Order: sequence, then C-alpha cells, then structure tokens
Amino acid sequence: MNDRQFKHIRCTINSRAVDAMVDVRASLTELLRGEFALTSVKHGCDVGECGACTVLIDGEPFNSCIYLAVWADGKDITTVDGLAEPDGSLSPLQQAFVDEGAIQCGFCTPGLILTAQSLINRGEPLSDEELRRELAGHLCRCTGYENIFKAVRRALDESLGKKG
Amino acid sequence: MGYTGKRMPRVDAKDKAAGRAKYAADLCVRDALVAKVLHAERAHALVRSINTDRARQAEGVEAVFTCFDVPKYYFPTAGHPWSTDPEHQDVADRLLLTDHVRFWGDDIAVVVARDELSAVKALRELEVEYEDLPFVLDAQAAMEPGAPQLHEAFPGNVLGHSSIRRGDLEAAIREPGLIRVEGWYDTPTVQHCHIENHNCWAYMEGGRVTVVTSTQIPHIVRRIVGQALGRPWGDVRIIKPYIGGGFGNKQDALYEPLCAWLTTMLGGRPVRIECTREETFHCNRVRHAIRSHIISWVRPDGSFAARKLECWSNQGGYASHGHGIAAKGMNAFPQIYPCDNLECDAWTVFTNLPPAGAMRGYGIPQATFAGEAHIDDVARAIGMSPLELRRKIAMPKGYRDDFSGNVNWSDSFRACMEAGAKATDFERRFAELSKPQTGNIRRGVGMALYWYNTGVWPISLESSSCRMVLNQDGSVQVFTGETEIGQGCDTVYAQMTADAVGIPFESVHVVTVQDTDTTPYGSGAYASRQTYVGGFAIDNTGKILRGKILDYAAKLTKLPAGQLGLREGFIENDRGERLMSLAELATEALYSMEDSRHITAEATAQIKSNAYSFGCSFAEVEVDLRLCRIRVTRLMNVHDCGKLINPQLAEAQVHGGMSMGMGYALSEQLRFDEKTGRPLNGNLLDYKLLTFTDHPRLEALFCENAEPTSPFGTKALGEPPACPPAPAIRNAVLQATGIAFGAIPMTPEKLFRALEEGGGSDV
Ligand code: FES
Ligand code: FES
Repeated sequence: MNDRQFKHIRCTINSRAVDAMVDVRASLTELLRGEFALTSVKHGCDVGECGACTVLIDGEPFNSCIYLAVWADGKDITTVDGLAEPDGSLSPLQQAFVDEGAIQCGFCTPGLILTAQSLINRGEPLSDEELRRELAGHLCRCTGYENIFKAVRRALDESLGKKG
Repeated sequence: MGYTGKRMPRVDAKDKAAGRAKYAADLCVRDALVAKVLHAERAHALVRSINTDRARQAEGVEAVFTCFDVPKYYFPTAGHPWSTDPEHQDVADRLLLTDHVRFWGDDIAVVVARDELSAVKALRELEVEYEDLPFVLDAQAAMEPGAPQLHEAFPGNVLGHSSIRRGDLEAAIREPGLIRVEGWYDTPTVQHCHIENHNCWAYMEGGRVTVVTSTQIPHIVRRIVGQALGRPWGDVRIIKPYIGGGFGNKQDALYEPLCAWLTTMLGGRPVRIECTREETFHCNRVRHAIRSHIISWVRPDGSFAARKLECWSNQGGYASHGHGIAAKGMNAFPQIYPCDNLECDAWTVFTNLPPAGAMRGYGIPQATFAGEAHIDDVARAIGMSPLELRRKIAMPKGYRDDFSGNVNWSDSFRACMEAGAKATDFERRFAELSKPQTGNIRRGVGMALYWYNTGVWPISLESSSCRMVLNQDGSVQVFTGETEIGQGCDTVYAQMTADAVGIPFESVHVVTVQDTDTTPYGSGAYASRQTYVGGFAIDNTGKILRGKILDYAAKLTKLPAGQLGLREGFIENDRGERLMSLAELATEALYSMEDSRHITAEATAQIKSNAYSFGCSFAEVEVDLRLCRIRVTRLMNVHDCGKLINPQLAEAQVHGGMSMGMGYALSEQLRFDEKTGRPLNGNLLDYKLLTFTDHPRLEALFCENAEPTSPFGTKALGEPPACPPAPAIRNAVLQATGIAFGAIPMTPEKLFRALEEGGGSDV
C-alpha cells in the first residue's frame, strides 16, 4: 500500500525563492537537509527538546523537527547559512561566537546563533536573566553555556549600542 | 615559544559558526539505505524466534536480518588499543545481533529499507517470541548466590575484582582515641548526552568496507569492525569527520560493526544507521553507577590511622570498558590522601542494565563524589574546617606512585586549594555560614579536590603518530590519528606545529578528518591524553621536518645547517638575518631539476610516562527549604593541568566539565522500572540536563606548573573538570542544611524526603 502524498510548496529560503514537492509527513528539518542540502540544520532529538534544528520562520525561531515541511508554504525561512555576508565574512553575532570561544563541537551552534539573531533583530534590551530564559530552549553539552552567553550578550549589546 | 600559550582562535570556529562544518550525517549520500535496529523489550530473555514474513513484505523494505543470521565472531567494543597479550585483551562478548537479551534495548534484529519511515514501520511487523529469564538491576544483588547469571564465562556476574592491601588495618584501628567515620555513597547511571547522536554509514569500494562515522577512535573502530566481520583489518576503512561531542560514549564501537556488515550483505550499497535520542540513552553506553562504602579511622588532628573502601560498579549487560573504570577510581583513593593502613576492594558486576562504558572522568567522578563527600563527613566529625583538613592530609609534594611512576612535582593540591580559597573567600564564607541560619533560604559553601592522571600508561599502550607535508608556499599539512571532538585539539596541534617547525600559525593546516587509509595511527580522544601524547608526536615530527628544511637550506645557501634557523617561515642565519622565505625554499626543493625533494616527515612517539593532573572545585549554594530546590550561586574550578597551550580553549573545556558535574550533582539520572528493567526517562524532556537558566557564571582558574615529562609542559584537562563539582556542591548543601547526602543527584524529591526525615535539624 502506498500512502505517500505530496504537496507543492513555495517559500523563501535564505532570501531565495524556491519551490518543492514535499512529502506531507516530512518535517522541515528533513526538507532543508534533504532537498536543499542545508546540513547546517542539525538534529539531536527530532521531537523539539534540544533546539539544534532551530531555523527562523518569518523571523521567529522554531524547532524545524516538529514543524511540518508543508507548513513552510509561503514562509520566509532563514538558516545559519543565510547570516554570513555573500563574500563569506561572518555576521557580527557569528564573529562574537568565534571570538568569545563559544564554539566547541559546534553541533548546537547554528541553532543557538539563529535564536540569538532573532533576539538581536527584536532590538530590545534584555537583562541577563531574561537573556538566559530566551536561550534556554537550546541544549549544549560542551560549553556550560558560559561563553555562548558572553557572545550573545556582547552581540546584543553592541547591536543595541549601534542603534541607540 | 611563539604560539603555544596564546589565545589563538579555534581553527574550526569559523566553519562551525557559518554552518559549513560537515558531520557524518551531512556527508551521507542521498541514496543510502536506512537500517533500523529492533531492540528487545525485555531486560533478560532468550529470543526463541523472530517472524520476519510481514516485515519483509512491507513497502520499501530491502532486507531483514535477525540474531539468527549474523556471523558468530564475538568482538569487544571498548576503545582501548589492542593488546597482543591475550591476558590483557578486552572481553569479546558482543555479536552484531544477539539471541540472548541482556538488557532492555539489546539489539536482536535489523530492517533495511529505502527510507527511514518504511524501516520504522517494518520494525513493528516483526514478531518476537521470547523465553523470559529472571533479571537483576543492582550490582550487589547480582553478586548474591542464586542471582540471575548473564555470562557463562563470569560466574557470579563478577567481571572484575581488584584490591589493595597496605599495612595492618586490624592492628591500626586499635590505636586509642580514634574516631570512626563511616559512609555509603551512591552515584547514578547517567548518559553522555552529546547533542549529535551516534550515526554512521557504510559502503564498499574495491571490495573493501568504508564506514563514515561519528566516533572518537577511528583507528580502534577499524580493528573492531575487522574483528566483528572476520575480515582482515586492512580491508576496513574508517572516516571520521567533525563530531557533535562524544564524552566517552563514542569511545566504544557502537553501530559501526553492524553497519559495515549490512553493506557487505547488500552488495556494497550504502547503508546508514542513525541513533535516535532514545537509542542513545538506552542502547549506546552509560556511566557506571558505583556504590562506595568508606570507613576512616581518624585521629583528632585529622590524620588517618587506617581506611577501608569497598565499591561495586554496575557494568550493565556487556563488558565494554569494564573493570578499568572502578579500578581507576579505587586507585585514586590511597593516593589523594595517603594512609599507611588500607584495605580497598572494587568489584565490577554484570547486571541487566544498558552497558556502561567510558564517560568523561572514567571512574573518577564517582570516586571523587564518594571520597570527597566522605572527607567533609570526617571534617564534621572531628570539628575541623574542610579546607584545613585537606591542607593537612592531601598528597604531599614529591609523592611518587610506584605503579605509574607518576610524581607530584609541584605541590599541586595546595596550590590549587589556596588559589581557589582565596578567589572565593572560602574561609571567611565558611566561618560565616557555619553560624546558625534561619529562614527559608539557607546558604552553604563547599569544596572538593580531585585526583587525575594523563593517558593510560602503564595499563595500555600509549603511542601517537604524526605526518607533516610541506607545501610549495611554505605551509604545512599535519595529519595525526588523534581526533577533534569539540575539545579543540586541532587548534592546539596547529599552535604546537607552528612552534616546533618555526612557521606562522596560519601556515599550519591540521587535517581534521581522520581517514584510516591516510591518517597515521593514533589511539584517539580519551583519557585526556591527546595534548600530552600527541604533543610528543608533533614535537618529534616537527623537528624532523625542520631538520630536512634546514638541510635543504644549507645546500641552497652553502652555509652549514648548524648556522641556519627557521623562524616565522623564514630561513635565517646565525645573526638572525632572513636569507629566504620557506616558500621560496619549498618551491625550489619540489621543482628542482637537479635535486627534487618532497619534504615530509613522519614519526611515532611511544610514551612510557604519565602525569598527575590535580585541582579542585569551590561551590556556593542556596537551598530553598520550602521548594526543596538547590541553586548553585557560585562555582569555581581550579586546575593544575601544566602549561596551557591555549588559555581560551582551556577555560571553555573547564566550563563544559563543570556544567556536566553540576548536572551530576543536581538532576541527571537514567531511571529504570524495578519491575521490568524498562528505561523510564530516555529522552531530553524527562532526563534533566541543565539549561542556561540553571547555571551561575562559571569560573575557571589555573595554576600552571609545567609538567617536566612533556615537551610542551602539558597534562590532562579534558576530563578533570567534570570530577569535583558534584561533591563540592554536596558539601555546600551539607553546610547549608546539615543534610549529608549519600547519593546524587540531589533532586527536590530527595531533599524533600531528607527534610521530612528530620535532616537539617542542626541548622
Ligand atoms: S532536533 Fe529539533 S529540537 Fe532537537
Ligand atoms: S558546542 Fe557542543 S553541544 Fe554546544
């Protein structure tokens, strides 16, 4: 018995308009990794517990593993690949991760950077405690979160400083 | 030296920040078949039969194999270098699939399908008939007469027993005036929880098997795959790209042997196995739960007349790393606080739990929890401050361990203790908080020391190899068998190479991917060995390469090689004047019509030494008596890991270990149903990893006493940070509440029970 059903969707991925035939059962993680070879979208649990698969959908962070690919129709999706400049130079947030030693195995990194970027885009100041709460959906086993916190704090403050 | 000792940027950070770094699954070919393993739903049973008819006919299924189909080559899985002495070889107790189920989740069949969903659906069509056997989950219970037996070769379920006898305990304890302090200390089963689950994929090429895998130990996995398949080891090629953490779980052969076998059964087509998070929890490896019983006979001045330790290590269903873990923990006991009269025993016991293997610290987090909780119990019993007691009894400078040959060259324990005590104002805080406290929030400070050593000599082989290849532009490729797993070894190797050869940091290209076809032998990431052992290999190889370069420079400049130097990529004369760039030399050397040379170097360093690596933790906690919540408000680790090669990376490594230690203290525990042996919380929702909001700022300090046996002055740092936080937090809770926890994690539930039982009455 063949129970496969497909649906045609159109969306924007990293500022590029694309379309795809998607298996209605597929997650957005599978679509991005499989169809578009965006392997920066990691996965550590596939059920919304670790945050590794986070992408921005219309600017908001979502766990793409529990977001159906068909829901992406009409949406604007950003993966970490979309943050660097076209010449490959890193965004200020990405650079802060590098400078602050916030990266070890790197597996949690893309997801964390995207959530942090959404906070920066919001443009609101956050206390340390608020910032920790905003990032708490991401698990990292390597860093104790210490240098990640420093990197995001710095990038957020710098972006607010620039705007202010 | 130029680059070692500096905060050089991680060589892989940019690619990882940009999302370009490739991990095993990212490299998998799109047409790979997907294999899914059927895990037994019994803690102990024999598989009578498996009906595969319906599964074979399911849509998308290519093949089904059961425990009755696999070759009978028993293999060991532990990530140890092979021993050519049969007496010292790891226990070969695994088959690719088994008909004797020894834990809930054991591998009994496998479905290979065109896609994951088809494979998962077909698994449900397999019908298994079991013959149930009685099971046992507790290590001490498994040693009782009449307990269920797991392995024929190990009657009584005892995989290993070792002991230490020193002096005369019976006579020593008759000394008048001794205070006897006794305690039981339990550590839980926990899992590594690297964020990337183990995964691998395999294919055949030229009649040989290649496995691309998320492992810490590619060369060792190659040997194990060879053993499991009954193939010559040279027939197997292992490729290890970036991995998303390992912490010891990936220091075992996990699903590489099965994956390799499947591709051989499917005409060499690519097959992938990707563990789910649940499989990572239940079907990979866990940390040994160890129960310790300690009795100390103490003089009123704090010195020990005699001590006794017994510990029982829960091995789970298969040997994996086995008794090495409990033995290492036991061996620390008489060293950290030397005592003339000792009796120590450690047993490693098979039970029907998931197999326990290596995990960051290798027995030392367990031993440190028991040993350091006990030291605070002793301090209380004799009314001495925990800092004062440790100052008095910790291993003295100059101590030498006969077995390993380790020498405590500097007074590491006291140096670290004093630095940490000063930075946290421990003595004042301790005195302040020792006064009676009132109210709902109680505070306490605590500390703990830890003992560690570097690498595995003299228990196992320690060797590491390196190859360097000079490019025409004066840059150098570095190949080692040692693996980057997130800890930053590629970066420190680049720093070491730059200094050893005499070239700029940017001119070093560390080849991060290990490919056993091209990478020289190295045992891999474990035992906190790589900076130490790999350092010898890099130093040796760098010197050979430098010698060859200067040799060619002598020919070109017509000056004796002894008068030439190489610094920052330039050939210099003995007055420090630059004569030519290394790029010019390298280009000339390669393309010379008269004397063409491809300048390369290779060396193997075998190390017959080991090095102590000591330190401590200081913790401060707030205990909310009504909510039964323990909050760590300050945590500091102090390490003497020798010279730091890269202070930023070292600090980051310490933070990660501290975090793991905090989770061990407060929240992490894999639970099993007593009635069935079924795991209860094998997912990241119910297994409580700490998050951003649970952490205080993590503080790391270092006392850099250069290790004299190491070319770069380094010793272990990878694992040590995870060892002391849990007992330091436990001891802080003791001060805050008067409750002497004998088991971690100190969950709200356990705190509630302890308070109900009247704990904390003395505060
Ligand atoms: S993979 Fe999506 S949250 Fe873990
Ligand atoms: S850096 Fe490894 S999980 Fe975060």
